[in-house]
Amino acid sequence: MTQPPPSATAQLQAIDITVQLGRRQVLRQVNFTATAGRVTAIVGPNGSGKTTLLRAMTGEVAHSGQVYLNGADTARLSPWELAAVRAVQPQSSTIAFPFTVLEIVRLGLSAGLSAADSHVPLQALEAVGLHGFSGRMYQDLSGGEQQRVQLARVITQVWEPMVDGAPRWLILDEPVASLDIGHQFTVMDLTRNYAARGGGVVAVMHDLNLTAMFADHVVLMQAGAVAATGTPQEVLTDETLARTYSCPVPVNTTPPDKIPFLLPQARRRSSPVST
Amino acid sequence: MLSTEIGPGAVTAPAPVPDRRHRARRLTLALLLLLILTCILSLTTGASQASLWRALTHLYDGQELTTMDQIVLLDIRLPRLCMGILVGAALAVSGAVMQGLFRNPLADPGIVGVSAGAGLAAICAIVLGAFLPLSLQKILGSALVPVAAFLGGWGSTLLLYRVSTRGGQTSVATMLLAGIALGALAGAASGVLVYYSDDNQLRDLTFWGMGSLAGATWAKVLAALPIIGLALAAAPFLARGLNGMALGEAAAGHIGIPVQRVKNSAILAVAGATGAAVAVSGGIGFIGIVVPHLLRLATGPDHHSLLPNAALLGAALLLAADMIARVVVAPAELPIGIITAILGAPVFLWILLRRRGELSI
Repeated sequence: MTQPPPSATAQLQAIDITVQLGRRQVLRQVNFTATAGRVTAIVGPNGSGKTTLLRAMTGEVAHSGQVYLNGADTARLSPWELAAVRAVQPQSSTIAFPFTVLEIVRLGLSAGLSAADSHVPLQALEAVGLHGFSGRMYQDLSGGEQQRVQLARVITQVWEPMVDGAPRWLILDEPVASLDIGHQFTVMDLTRNYAARGGGVVAVMHDLNLTAMFADHVVLMQAGAVAATGTPQEVLTDETLARTYSCPVPVNTTPPDKIPFLLPQARRRSSPVST
Repeated sequence: MLSTEIGPGAVTAPAPVPDRRHRARRLTLALLLLLILTCILSLTTGASQASLWRALTHLYDGQELTTMDQIVLLDIRLPRLCMGILVGAALAVSGAVMQGLFRNPLADPGIVGVSAGAGLAAICAIVLGAFLPLSLQKILGSALVPVAAFLGGWGSTLLLYRVSTRGGQTSVATMLLAGIALGALAGAASGVLVYYSDDNQLRDLTFWGMGSLAGATWAKVLAALPIIGLALAAAPFLARGLNGMALGEAAAGHIGIPVQRVKNSAILAVAGATGAAVAVSGGIGFIGIVVPHLLRLATGPDHHSLLPNAALLGAALLLAADMIARVVVAPAELPIGIITAILGAPVFLWILLRRRGELSI
C-alpha cells in the first residue's frame, strides 16, 4: 500500500479512484486532493462524475483505489471514527418520521438526539439563517429550508474546524442547489469561514459564478475524469469551459445590450467577508 | 448580507426551546402509573368472584387464602397478567423497532407477515416436534415452540428485508405485498399441517388462529421471558441507530452509526420479541402499529423515549384488551385478537389514508 506523503495529514486525498456502475465506467482513475484551510469545489457538466467522486470518497459507492483523510486510510476507519472527522451533506434527504427541525439537527451531535443540552444545534440553525425554526416540523419546510436544516446538522457534527491541531471536514453535495441567492451567499460564506478557521471544505458545485467567488481550488470533471485543476482563474477560462461543457461560455464578457445581468461579485467591494 | 461566523461563542446562546424530550419523560411516568393501575384491575376482574381486594383483606386479617382464591389468583390470573405484560410490550416494541428499521410507520410484524412466519414455525414445532430426536426434545423442552417461532420470525424478517430493500431504500409497496404473500404462504402451509395433527395438537393449533392469553401458564411465561426479555433489553441500544436511520442509511453511516450492525440487531430483536409473543399467545394484531403511532403523535419519533414508552403502553393496552375480552361475553371469553383488531384496524386505515400521497401504491 502506498504511504501518503507526510504533508497529507491535513488533506483529503483520493488516489486512482475507478467506479464501475453496471457495465459503465463512471470514474476512471481519478486522483483528487483537497487541502484543509481551503474551499475545494468539484464542478463539471451533468453526468461527469462529480457526485460519484464525492460518494466514492465518502464510501457510499464501491470503488477501487484509496481514500486518505488526514493521512489515514478511510477504508480502515470505523463509522464513528470517520464521523468524528468529517460530516457529509447529502444532495437531498427525506426523513421517515415527523421529527422537528431541532431534533434533526441534534442528530449531528455525537451522542445523538438525546445528547446533553448543547447550544451548538441552535447556533448552527442560526448560522444557516434558520433562527426560530427549531420547533417546526421538518416535513412542513420548503426544499431550500430542508436543505439548510441538513447543513445545520452537518456543521453541528464537526462544529470545531480544528481539533487537536487536526482539521475536520465538511463534504457537501450541491449545498446551494435549491437556495435563493441570499441564502446561497449565507451558505457559501459559512463554508469560506470554516476553511478560514482551518477546516477542510469539499463541495460539488453547479454554479460556476459562485465557484469563482468562493472556491480556492477547483477540480473540473468531464466524462469520469479530471479535465483541469487549479485556482478558479486557472480553470474557469473560455477555452477550458467551452471544451468541457460543449458550448461557448465567455468569461468576463459583458453580454450584448438590453440583457440584464447580475454581478454578485460586486458585493465583495461593498461588504467584505471576514476571512 | 450578514457575514456568518460559526463556532462556539460566535452567537449568543439563544433561549432554550420547549422540547419534546421533557414531555416524553413525563409520559413515561404516566404510562408506568397506567400500567400499574391496569395490572390491579386485571387481577380483580374475571368470571370468578375471587378478587385481589378480598385476598388482601384476608391476608391482612391473618386468615389463610381459600384454595379457590389461591388457584384463581396465583395460577390463573397472575400468569395471565405476566404474559399480557410480556406479550404487549414485545408486540409494541417490535412494531416500533421494525418501523424504524424499514423507515415506515406501516411496518408491523403482524401486517408484513413476520407473525405469520413465526406462527408457521410454531405450528411445525407442535405438529412435527414429535419427530425430533428424543435427546433434542429433552434439551429444548417447553422452549421448543418459542425457539421455533423465533427462528420463523427471524427468517421471515430477513426475507422481507432482502425483498423490499434495494440500495438502502425500502419500497413500502413491495414490503406490504411481500407481507401478503408471506402470510398467504404461511396460512397454506399451516392448513396442510392441520391435516396431519392429532386431536391434542389440533386443540393447540386452533388457539393460534384466535390469539389469546387464555392459555397462560407459568411454564409459558418462563419459556417466553428470556427471549422477550433479551429483545426488550437490547432495544435501548438500538435507539440512537434507529434515529439515525431515519435520515437514510448512507447519512446514518456518516453520523457514525454502524448501520449494518444496527440492522442485524434490529432484525434479531424484532424476530425474538415477535416470535416469542406469537409462540405463547398466537397472532395478536395491531398492537405493534397502534402503540408506536399514538406515541409518535404525543411525543415525537425519538426512539430513546419511543421504545420504553411503547413497552409500557403496549403492556397496558393488551391487559386492557384482555379484560374487555374476559368481560363482554362472560362467563365465556372473546379471543383477544378480535378486540385488538377492532381497536387497531381503523388506526391502520387512518395512517394509510393520511400517507396515501407518499406511498404511491
